[in-house]
Amino acid sequence: MLKDIEKLLRQDKMPHIWCPGCGNGIVMKAMLEAINSTGIDTEKTVVVSGIGCSSRATGYMNFDTLHTTHGRALAFATGVKLAKPELNVFVVTGDGDGSAIGGNHLIHAARRNIDINVVMFNNNIYGMTGGQYSPLTPHGKFATTAPYGNFDRTFNICDLVKGAGATFIGRGTVFHTKILTELIKGAIENKGFSFVEAVSICPISYGRRNKMGTAPQMMEWLKKNSMPVKAAEKLGPEKVEGKILVGELYKEEAPEFTQKYDELIARFQKGAE
Amino acid sequence: MEKLRKAQLLQGNQACAIAALEAGVRFFGGYPITPSTEIAEYMAAELPKLGGKFIQMEDEISGMGAVLGAALTGTKAMTATSGPGFSLKQENIGFAAMTEIPCVIVNVQRMGPSTGGPTAPAQGDVMQARWGTHGDHPIIAVSPASVLEAYELTVKAINFSEKLRTPVIILLDETIGHMREKVELPALETLELYERKRPSTSADKYLPYETDETGIPEMADFGTGYRWHVTGLNHDETGFPTGKTDVIEKQLMRLLTKVDKYQEEITLYKTYKIEDAEYLFITFGGTVRPAMEAVEILRKEGMKIGLFQLQTIWPFPEEMVQEYCKDKKAIFVPEMNMGQIRGEIKKVVDNKEKLVGINKINGEIITPQEIVSKVKEVAGQC
Repeated sequence: MLKDIEKLLRQDKMPHIWCPGCGNGIVMKAMLEAINSTGIDTEKTVVVSGIGCSSRATGYMNFDTLHTTHGRALAFATGVKLAKPELNVFVVTGDGDGSAIGGNHLIHAARRNIDINVVMFNNNIYGMTGGQYSPLTPHGKFATTAPYGNFDRTFNICDLVKGAGATFIGRGTVFHTKILTELIKGAIENKGFSFVEAVSICPISYGRRNKMGTAPQMMEWLKKNSMPVKAAEKLGPEKVEGKILVGELYKEEAPEFTQKYDELIARFQKGAE
Repeated sequence: MEKLRKAQLLQGNQACAIAALEAGVRFFGGYPITPSTEIAEYMAAELPKLGGKFIQMEDEISGMGAVLGAALTGTKAMTATSGPGFSLKQENIGFAAMTEIPCVIVNVQRMGPSTGGPTAPAQGDVMQARWGTHGDHPIIAVSPASVLEAYELTVKAINFSEKLRTPVIILLDETIGHMREKVELPALETLELYERKRPSTSADKYLPYETDETGIPEMADFGTGYRWHVTGLNHDETGFPTGKTDVIEKQLMRLLTKVDKYQEEITLYKTYKIEDAEYLFITFGGTVRPAMEAVEILRKEGMKIGLFQLQTIWPFPEEMVQEYCKDKKAIFVPEMNMGQIRGEIKKVVDNKEKLVGINKINGEIITPQEIVSKVKEVAGQC
């Protein structure tokens, strides 16, 4: 398995820029494993990212890769996918890049149900710039720009994406790598807009400030504070409160955007015959 | 004789859209904004008939982003906007300049600053077209003065963007964009079209930002096995980020000079009655027509005055402007801004004291009579 995904890595670009203990490498590996196991044509695969720690993953992945402007990965990816629907298009984004500055594009890409697979690396913080709070920093947590604790209410990005119209939604963590890989596989198999939140850890810019200990301790914390979504369904809300619910959260069938457009083109071509 | 099509009544925005389709544009991503919306509407109706794609994005920024994504797949791509939207697109225009993605941005100028006057003409975005995005970067901008020129310069703009792998801006203005007039478009078979150079090497030898003497790197379409990396970060010939200052400098200097190398080919202009001219108008876009009318009126009264029309504004044709301004008794620069082109002329000519601005920014076009009276007022003192 490892051998198989090595060819999907640009090994000459190693070592990567991520800090010791960072969860991003685990998410990237889950992506590559999912891509490898579904057998999609890797020459016809494009990975698009924005700006931030997560978005540097495109530099290490051996496909056509596009490291765009802050928050705009989905806008670029929409152009790639619509222009050439035969391409498999992925977006790698972070919690800041994808839910703050890029939030509007997330809503509208989901609304269109365009066949793009988004993996959001959620480390609860702006890591690249040194630890400022993001929309996914939980309420009360500390950041360099939330020195007295974060006032914002805790925000569930998967709920937002569901409301906007995504047809496949899942949440995994860097502790639950098998589940994460399976979810990304599910995203690839879904013909429509798919969103996988990958809860990651940032021991340097988030963990330290919030006294969460070392990387292994943060992993332990993830394990303790997560719960399979199926199990949660059987429990009362008080037992689920504050837990990270892991697994496939939502799935539906709906018309896909580029397919509808191609049907329109076909209609004109038929008329011309 | 030049082969022409049957005469038709066209609007400037429509002529621009027709030209784009005929020059091979097959992707349009945009957002509605007055006075450019007719371009998007035309594209929405016609692109699917040609197998092309139109998308109305959620905002101006994503319209530009989608265009760049599409362009990377090997598709000729365009967007259209006006002042407020042009401001929003600037970051991604810089990305296109830095990563050398061919694309065309139509800016149908309206009154600014801010929301200004959506349906009123202006030419206030001349400097924004040049320096709107941050950092030193190359740019090309053209500005049509008639419906026919809207067609002709759009074809040129698309060719320039493909050949030089750079964003090209078409500075229309509300006057030209919304004006309807009779035009005879050139016959389709006479169009000269250009496509970006695809790699001449195999994927394992491909260096995305390596260049020969042309200064323009070869560009692989996404999805064709070249597996290349595009980033707005400083990058080397491989396309990957680098922190080596000597490599960065070399790449940036190539980027900054690549358009200049082709300045002669890019510089489009027209002259009108300049052979014996003692006085000169220099102008562009929507102010060309009233200035031309002023030439007629003043000539009838015996004044030797001519007109030099800039069709290409950026890169600014410095030497040509110097040449035409030499020994003139006065040089009049009518423009619907407070002197953005005049400032450029002032930078390069020796007889700066001979420069006279004719400026108006109240949302009305400058009339021939206003131009004539300003010329007479100044010429009386010459």
